[in-house]
Amino acid sequence: MKMHKSWLFAAALLGGAALAASPAAAQKKYDPGASDTEIKIGNTNPYSGPASAYGVIGKTITAYFNKVNAEGGINGRKINFISYDDGYSPPKTVEQARKLVESDEVLLLFQTLGTPCNTAIQKYMNAKKVPQLFVATGATKWNDPKNYPWTIGWQPNYQSEGHIYAQYLIKNHPNGKIGILFQNDDYGKDYVKGLKDGLNGKLPIVAELPYETTDPTVDSQIVNLKASGADVFFNVTTPKFAAQAIKKAAEIEWKPVHLLNNVSNSVGSVLKPAGFDNSKGILTTIYLKDPTDPSWKDDAAYKEWAAFMDKYYPDGDRTSTFTVYGYLVAQTLVQVLKQSGDDLTRENVMKQAANLKSLELGMLLPGITVNTGPTDFAPIKQMQMERFSGEKWERFGPVLTGGGGAS
Amino acid sequence: MKEDLALAHGLAARRLPFANLLAGWRPAAIAVGLVLIVLLPFVAKNFFIFQLTLALIYAIAILGLNLLTGFNGQFSLGHSAFYAIGAYTAAILMDQADMPYYWTLPAAGLVCLVSGFLFGLPALRLEGIYLALATFALAVAIPQLLKSTPLEPWTGGVQGVVIIKPDAPFGLPINSDQWLYFFTVAVAIVLYVCAINLVRSRTGRAIIAIRENPIAASAMGVNVSLYKSLTFGVSALYTGIAGALGAIAVQFVAPDSFTFFLSIALFVGLIVGGVGSIPGTLVGGLLVLFVPNIAEEVSKGLAGAVYGVILILVIYVMPSGAAGLARLLAGQFARLRR
Amino acid sequence: MELLLHQVLAGLATGGIYACLALALVMIYQAIDHLNFAQGEMAMFSTFIAWQLMELGTPYWIAFVVTLAISFVAGVLIDRVLFRPIHDAPILSHIVVFIALFGILNSLAGFIWDFNVKNFPTPFGSRPLLGSGLISSHDAGMIGVTILLLVFLYVFFRHTRIGLAMRAAAANPQSARLAGIRVGWMIALGWGMAAAIGAVAGMLIAPVVFLEPNMMTSVLLYGFAAAVVGGLTSPGGAVIGGFAVGIIENLAGTFIPYVGRELKLTIALFLIVAVLLVKPAGLFGRRVVSRV
Repeated sequence: MKMHKSWLFAAALLGGAALAASPAAAQKKYDPGASDTEIKIGNTNPYSGPASAYGVIGKTITAYFNKVNAEGGINGRKINFISYDDGYSPPKTVEQARKLVESDEVLLLFQTLGTPCNTAIQKYMNAKKVPQLFVATGATKWNDPKNYPWTIGWQPNYQSEGHIYAQYLIKNHPNGKIGILFQNDDYGKDYVKGLKDGLNGKLPIVAELPYETTDPTVDSQIVNLKASGADVFFNVTTPKFAAQAIKKAAEIEWKPVHLLNNVSNSVGSVLKPAGFDNSKGILTTIYLKDPTDPSWKDDAAYKEWAAFMDKYYPDGDRTSTFTVYGYLVAQTLVQVLKQSGDDLTRENVMKQAANLKSLELGMLLPGITVNTGPTDFAPIKQMQMERFSGEKWERFGPVLTGGGGAS
Repeated sequence: MKEDLALAHGLAARRLPFANLLAGWRPAAIAVGLVLIVLLPFVAKNFFIFQLTLALIYAIAILGLNLLTGFNGQFSLGHSAFYAIGAYTAAILMDQADMPYYWTLPAAGLVCLVSGFLFGLPALRLEGIYLALATFALAVAIPQLLKSTPLEPWTGGVQGVVIIKPDAPFGLPINSDQWLYFFTVAVAIVLYVCAINLVRSRTGRAIIAIRENPIAASAMGVNVSLYKSLTFGVSALYTGIAGALGAIAVQFVAPDSFTFFLSIALFVGLIVGGVGSIPGTLVGGLLVLFVPNIAEEVSKGLAGAVYGVILILVIYVMPSGAAGLARLLAGQFARLRR
Repeated sequence: MELLLHQVLAGLATGGIYACLALALVMIYQAIDHLNFAQGEMAMFSTFIAWQLMELGTPYWIAFVVTLAISFVAGVLIDRVLFRPIHDAPILSHIVVFIALFGILNSLAGFIWDFNVKNFPTPFGSRPLLGSGLISSHDAGMIGVTILLLVFLYVFFRHTRIGLAMRAAAANPQSARLAGIRVGWMIALGWGMAAAIGAVAGMLIAPVVFLEPNMMTSVLLYGFAAAVVGGLTSPGGAVIGGFAVGIIENLAGTFIPYVGRELKLTIALFLIVAVLLVKPAGLFGRRVVSRV
């Protein structure tokens, strides 16, 4: 009867092994940074230096994750959001990114801000196979799943936006002469390329003037633009310079068709200092609900956002679209993490990031959804145009899809 | 001034001022130091090794600045320009000419030697604050030039250039961070030994003499113009090699990585380490890298203010830099021994 | 030619900004013999104080005067508290303290008032001057105030006892003490005046560039260049230097083909360096000849 017992024993062992190998027990998988109780997420933002105005985004995201944690976390896990200052300097971003990945051992990097900063860490992130999710830049090059499968953008990219403006001009101002003011870096040049590609030569560009972030003012460029005879003004500037440009144009009584890039369409940060009267008639694109637009006053999603700001980020600037941006992008990540369930490996998280189907987020404009796929790393592609009435932005026209794709 | 004269005397006597003190201990101390340096990468995390490598690179850059400002008295706010030139030379050669990384260092050094010398020639006429402005102009100009359209085919314009970090050669069982650390340490040792020898030689004395009293120096037969320009060149060479190493370590160069804020950081590192002190540059390098991180940990919102306060405290405690403090302590210690 | 005229006028306008700050830089240089890298940040901080006062309801001119007073006192305090303990330290160490001050003021301003741009009112109005599209009345006002300040400084240094005492204290502290001048307090006075002038500069500049913690960083570059090209010992030179820098920069940007626009700052700075090579002490500076 000993034989029977040893057979039973062996059978039991085999059975136990089979059970252990069954899918039911293989559910929880973790890569560094994830555990039963927490998910560590890394981020770099410019809290100091020339781009510090964008630090608001990092603060909004921190506040949102506090809310998520207060409400129980994601699948029972709390988010540990570690955000370092990189001062918008690429070598510092490299250092901080390495610190997050190698020292803090985060699961992924999220919303790292700045085109040059993200360029600096892109190869490293992909070599290390750590997700670089929803980067805070609209540069077109993040939509490249074939070469950089671990890097994905979020906002509509700059070239798409340029295309939209081009289509608008071709349709409404076919005889216009275009003058461009652009920041002399990746971001500015990306927009210009988008506009040029979209125009395909149909309208002449009579002046294309760069400025540096070290310039105190862009007044000289505005004077030149007016002198060039341009009657269409493509304004690719960051908030401070956008305000200067709008003000100066009004001062020298230059009234072109004014296309303002999406980055600087904030009422509080740009139009108010520039002067509401001076800003009348400016056109831009938008893909989220501007909190200064009174038509959202009774909107449920807006109220939810306002309540969030009241409770978790009371110091935040309610007139700035950056806070809505931070809110939305944090919600997107939360969705990705929810979809990942208990399989919190980097590979699965990346897979889920590339698997967002018609995700509706309250503060996105009606009709705009987040969509990604294995060959589509451009989560938001749609925008709507709006015009400033002198008091507020007024959206018009249909929701458009920009044509600029992966480069 | 008194302290500077003492330094000159000390150097002229061909001994570091506290050499007396450490005479018996020196070989042992160096041996222990070398063992630590070699063992460190195997006990510390990769990321820390990467940071140490960067700190050492900044130390080399500060050493370059020290040769010019500390030993030769020419005030430069423009060394970020030479760092950038070195970095871009290395990056372009690696990216477009497929040059192996170790050859880029002499190449970067050579380019910077020449450009430093050429810049030093017209700068001969400028003194003090005016020279500061001229070098500052250089520091501001370089990022703009690197971004400019005519140079874009080589520099990659605003996009910059991405390069790959080299792996350990001969299939050694260490990773690329550790290898780069050893490589940097080796280069640093060579550069530091050369600098120490330079400073102690006749040339070095001539350089220091020019700082102390250019008229007396030229009366003694020193070709002031030649030496000043040469020092500019050598100083640029050092900082350029540091830049090349930096490019390899960070694996990315972009015009915005090399703004004049870098020049200011190097300058601060120089002062805190100790003007005219070669070992002090190591302290300076550590400061440039680690103090901003410490400041950020203290307070994210006020990191800049904390950094400023730390700097002020450091200057109060060590007005002549770390080297000055070391000298002071060594002096006290020697007095106690007697 | 109309473009040339426009660019020259625009250059005069921005040059006014640089001239203003350059005056403050020269002022402090006269007092302490080095350049205060934190001058721009001090001016920025003063402007924020003025803005805050106005936000609390103070009328413009009262806020202006109060800010000047606060800045003056702050300047004196910074000298007495920060720089007295290290007055024996080497010059280069002083510069590190300037840099530290820069960092502290910038970071503090960002923390208290955040980084969004704010509008700052101008007492001159922003309508184009005399109805012409050439130069706005604020720009003209700024140039006017700068020239007024310049005249004030000239009179102060040349024709008042205190001004003379300050110059003596800066030129030769030992002899000045022997002559009974309280050198320490002269230096503190110099700091206070520089801080006040900086505050004026900041309040004039903010309406043009918009108020935010980083607004003076770029102006400082140009102001520095302007002060040096004019000659650090000459307030008049600093003002002329400021206008010159503004005009050169605009003309370079407009008329040099192809690279002019991208390399404006570079070209302007190199022209300045060229000037210095010909006149190493600046256009109007005095060459100091010392006996050996």
